[in-house]
Amino acid sequence: MKSRAPLLTVLLAGAFGLCVGPFYWLAMAATQDDRDVFSWPPKLLPGGHLLDNLQGLQDSIGLTRVLLNSVIVAGLQTVGAVVVSVLAGYAFAKFDFRGRNLFFVLLLSTLVIPDTVMLIPIFQMMMDLGLIDSYQSVILPGLVTPFGIFLMRQALRSMPDELLDAARVDGAGELRVLWRIVIPVNRPVIAALALFVFLGGWNQFVWPLIALRSPEMQTLPVATATLQGLSTTNYAQVLLAGALAAIPVMALFLVLQRQFISGLLAGATKE
Amino acid sequence: MSLAPSERLGATGDAAADGPAARRVPKRRHSGTSPAGPARPSGRRRLLTRGSIPYVLIMPAVLGFAVFKAYPIAASFWLSLTTGNGDSQHFAGLDNYRRLLADPLFWTALRNTALILVVQVPLMLGLALLVALGLNHSKVWLRPLWRLGVFIPSLTGLVATGVMFSVILNRDAGLLNWVLSLFGIDPVDWLGSSFWARIGVVLVLTWHYTGYNAVMYLAGLQGIPKELYEAAMVDGAGPVRRFLSITLPQLRPILLLTVVLSTIGTLQLFDEPYVLTGGGPDNATLTVTMYLYDNGFKYFDFGYASALAYALALIVSVLGVLQVRLMGERR
Repeated sequence: MKSRAPLLTVLLAGAFGLCVGPFYWLAMAATQDDRDVFSWPPKLLPGGHLLDNLQGLQDSIGLTRVLLNSVIVAGLQTVGAVVVSVLAGYAFAKFDFRGRNLFFVLLLSTLVIPDTVMLIPIFQMMMDLGLIDSYQSVILPGLVTPFGIFLMRQALRSMPDELLDAARVDGAGELRVLWRIVIPVNRPVIAALALFVFLGGWNQFVWPLIALRSPEMQTLPVATATLQGLSTTNYAQVLLAGALAAIPVMALFLVLQRQFISGLLAGATKE
Repeated sequence: MSLAPSERLGATGDAAADGPAARRVPKRRHSGTSPAGPARPSGRRRLLTRGSIPYVLIMPAVLGFAVFKAYPIAASFWLSLTTGNGDSQHFAGLDNYRRLLADPLFWTALRNTALILVVQVPLMLGLALLVALGLNHSKVWLRPLWRLGVFIPSLTGLVATGVMFSVILNRDAGLLNWVLSLFGIDPVDWLGSSFWARIGVVLVLTWHYTGYNAVMYLAGLQGIPKELYEAAMVDGAGPVRRFLSITLPQLRPILLLTVVLSTIGTLQLFDEPYVLTGGGPDNATLTVTMYLYDNGFKYFDFGYASALAYALALIVSVLGVLQVRLMGERR
């Protein structure tokens, strides 16, 4: 195929290499024996120690349990945040009610307040409730996502009112309208939102680091970080843990990338 | 006898069927005994009238907002005025803020954060714009592949990125120094010296977030009407002129968004230095949020940590407002 911008193509391929190259190296390093991670020149072909490293991770951080924790936390947070965002987004987009603008502005204003401001009171709250070291302590604060509510409001606003009114005239209650019309019509945006929230929940670090104290409750990122702090760090295993944290979201992204990018763009360009 | 306004919607059909009895004993109407009465839907409609539905819909969001945003923001301010250890807090006025202004480590952390901010954000956003312009060029071969590739780093979690680069930046056997050695460049002590550790953090941040911003810019570029460029070409404007007079002004809203978001993100920097350097060497990569974390969750000095959080919030909002003023209003 003939390209009329060969130089640009080469430059972009270079950018691609810089972005993807470290991953390739990561994936290869994760299959090496620990000593070979630091060999010079670096090993750029698969080694034979993937299973050993997996076993090592299972012994040191309880890999299966930690993975399960991550799936539970990110999964429940995603479901909850999507429900909250769709409900609120629908209300802000399609209903007139007293206090609508005030609520919306208040919700959005928290976007500019650093999360760190909230860390200590939420920690104390969770302590008082006896929820430290529980899934709830990590999931609950993530359920209200101003960005998600904003995204859903933007998307639902462009739905024609006639469609909703037609269903209402036919006698459908509001929950039915929401379930049968609003959600199916907006499935792509909702999928994009779900991906965003899942990505955030899967990768979150500071709060789980604080809230999850015992090793068997930790999520993958937290366990990975503690692993690295050990004096006898096995780097092949740490890198494998890093790869394991990255691979699921990448796979998910590859499957759903069209929706993901359109969702990203919806948030970025509308208004 | 007055009906509550919320009962009106579902009431009419049943009332007609029940006749005078209903008027005497209003409660019977909802007992579910009326033959024609779709009792359940009418009951649900009573709960969800046009007036109350939106409040029911936003209820979870408002509850979550009150508990996990509004309350912590207020409580944090109160905490910043107290001192003590963990449970026994007592009022201390502005002591924490006074201590903060005189704390050399706070200023070190702030200076580190500011330094990373002024180097990293322009570098990253400049690169992102270049990548986006390239990706927007219709004659580039394999465009979707390059777009996918540059976006992939932004999917990686901060910790995965951190552990990956802590090995890639290793002085004796890291991948980066090996690549540099191919060009005859001596090994760099990326994480071991103050200067290079900061550069290392900048490199990692740039690797991580450039693609994300590039995709945002690409969206903006694709939203610019083609007619603008055609008209400019008819008028004889060259590529540089077209970029300055059309592309940049049209991109301004997205540029502003990325500048503000990147600034907020960088000012709150925690994860990368925590994993890469732990704030070292010699506090060269200690950030304000790391210092806050240490005070709050290592020394359990909640009052001082809250004062740090508020100082940071103040800096973030001032910078945010300043940026919106500078970039948003100029025509």
